[in-house]
Amino acid sequence: MSEKVLMKGNEAIAEAAIVAGCRHYFGYPITPQTEIAAYMAKKMPKIGGTFLQAESEIAAINMVYGVSSAGLRVMTSSSSPGVSLKGEGLSYLAGADLPALIVNVQRGGPGLGGIQPSQSDYFQATRGGGHGDYHMIVLAPSSVQEMAELTVKGFELADTYRMTTMILADGTMGQMMEPVALDDLKVNPMPEKPWATTGTGMKRKHNIVNSLFLKPEELEKTNFERYERYAKIQATEARAEEYRMEDAEICLAAFGIAARVSKNAVDEARKMGIKAGLIRPITLWPFPNEVFRKAADHAKAFISVELSMGQMIEDVRLASECRVPVTLCNRAGGMIPTPDQVLDAIVTAAKGGH
Amino acid sequence: MKTTQFLFSGFGGQGILFAGKFLAYKGLIEGKQVSWLPSYGPEMRGGTASCSVIVSDEAVGSPIVSKPDVLIAMNLPSLDRFESAVAPGGIIFADSTLIERKVTRTDVKAIYIPATKLASDNGFPTLANMILLGRIFAELGEFDDTNVEAALTKVIPAKHADMKEINLKALRLGAEQ
Repeated sequence: MSEKVLMKGNEAIAEAAIVAGCRHYFGYPITPQTEIAAYMAKKMPKIGGTFLQAESEIAAINMVYGVSSAGLRVMTSSSSPGVSLKGEGLSYLAGADLPALIVNVQRGGPGLGGIQPSQSDYFQATRGGGHGDYHMIVLAPSSVQEMAELTVKGFELADTYRMTTMILADGTMGQMMEPVALDDLKVNPMPEKPWATTGTGMKRKHNIVNSLFLKPEELEKTNFERYERYAKIQATEARAEEYRMEDAEICLAAFGIAARVSKNAVDEARKMGIKAGLIRPITLWPFPNEVFRKAADHAKAFISVELSMGQMIEDVRLASECRVPVTLCNRAGGMIPTPDQVLDAIVTAAKGGH
Repeated sequence: MKTTQFLFSGFGGQGILFAGKFLAYKGLIEGKQVSWLPSYGPEMRGGTASCSVIVSDEAVGSPIVSKPDVLIAMNLPSLDRFESAVAPGGIIFADSTLIERKVTRTDVKAIYIPATKLASDNGFPTLANMILLGRIFAELGEFDDTNVEAALTKVIPAKHADMKEINLKALRLGAEQ
């Protein structure tokens, strides 16, 4: 194990992106993710990379489109309202099958909302975010170390499947400091990108990167092909952490900061003799359906713990095929559930209540 | 297995976040699991700043400190706001230069240090935070010269290395109170 340093989650994402070979960052400042841009502004010029503060989020995402078309690792980051602005670009990236890393350090909404942590962009992230039929791979880190690891993983998945990966974090994960071992990050070589617009050298036909298909037959074909790829991702890339789930009867579902709060509550419940456990999805899309399906065999109740009005709860219900009751334990608008609140929900569920 | 939850609170500019980071680094050096979480709201700009630090033998769950074992109150609004949150049996360290009232709770230990006055009397007016930390380490039996120095090296940027000595002085002065 290499030496650990204390780093903010936002800084860990930025450094890990550089480790992963990203040399091009485009963004626009917004709390609570500004440290990513600040870190890139400081580091990129020193390593021959690009840091560019764009005139808007929309400009930044389109710069990402450009660099990705040229076959290079590229990223942008923002927080909730800024990610909404990027929506058009996310859809274009999907339509052109371009890999990129997008970071959303969520804050409370809707609208301009507030600046405190939230998870209320779950629907936006897992259902695509922009118009049209498409998905992004969505990763949900729950520690600063994981902010770094999933950033590397995010670039690799994006390149493997030629699609956008989103890191869906929140203000707490971005702002907190924890020990990180960056030397332990493993980066695989970037795959060949024969589709990239890198110049033909007069030796091949030119490549075209585009999301416009005016003939519906052709456009339909791209949609079906894309969903075949998605099916493969759903079958192979779903990941979740199971915490004290062996014999769990009350099963919490939570990601990111909510999962950290939930672990405390699970430990307290276990001390009281309640068989509680936690499933923490690491990939939100693809959702780890299989883990929930299996848990539904022995769980008496699921509780979805969220910093939203209840969004992931729909996927928990779908994955568990409504075989056990699923309730919601939540705060919203920038508030965070306390371990006591989650423990109360566990106790209620253990008594058979809702 | 032991977990200690610290809450630092004061005015922006009193070195609340720095003190927390120093404490977290000391924990890391001592082989503990640590987390550090600042308040990052608009209150940071001129109002109350606070920062949660957890030092534990086990993996840290929620990094949010809602029932601190140790509260460090560097101004009156901080004591007013967080006194009731302190875990029973916990300790409140109050800067008595800036907080005239006493702690009203009887189920916690209260320690008063005129940190701001001590800091200015001794020629390092910005280091009341480190005086308080020195006192905390002494109270918890965790003042270890080697680890304190090592943690200072981590939190003080190389270009300000000359600040290390004065920080160490402030910590020692606090420990003697």
